[in-house]
Amino acid sequence: MSTDITINKEIDARGSFCPGPLMELIRGIKVLPVGGVLAVLSGDPGSAKDIPAWIQKAKHEYLGAFPEQGYTRFVVRKAH
Amino acid sequence: MSERMSIIVFSGTVDKLMAASILATGGAAMGLEVEVFLTTWGLEAFRKDGYKTNARISKDYEDYAPIMMEQMKAKKVPSWMDNFKSAQEIGDVKVYACSMTMELFDMKLTDLEPIVEDVTGVASFVERAKDSKTTLFI
Repeated sequence: MSTDITINKEIDARGSFCPGPLMELIRGIKVLPVGGVLAVLSGDPGSAKDIPAWIQKAKHEYLGAFPEQGYTRFVVRKAH
Repeated sequence: MSERMSIIVFSGTVDKLMAASILATGGAAMGLEVEVFLTTWGLEAFRKDGYKTNARISKDYEDYAPIMMEQMKAKKVPSWMDNFKSAQEIGDVKVYACSMTMELFDMKLTDLEPIVEDVTGVASFVERAKDSKTTLFI
């Protein structure tokens, strides 16, 4: 992934199934200071659609999905 | 007023409770006001600690019950009760018990899991459900 994003907190939700990774992201966002960047690792194929949909609905900033070997790193900035 | 999702949980089998709890979680995550109405076997499943030993699955698929339970354990899938609790943690989820079933099964609110907020009749549930974007019967 690009190196210009500083991740403040990373949650490993691999092995957790739909909607587990999204739930981890929602919980993680809650405790993050505004402006903070959170990454969630997910191996659940549902996350590719669920996570961006939630981020848009919750009006945070989606920084992207970065595929790794067997999982994806979803990155979001807490906007408010 | 925020959008609403109503779920009538009639079934008390793990497969359907799992589906109901995951849908409730999705609704809560997407900012919907979720109202869950427990009736008949769905309410029976919410008796205190009952979920810990409930291993029933739908009759049509009962041959899958052992493998489903095994897989859920092996993959550390949260129980449907855990799902309802997490849904409540992240969003607005209210769980109500059907008064008719309460009488039929001689239940008191204190016999039920604490997640069940109150007892309600069908008319008031329908009154609120009619404004829902989504109403599900599971």
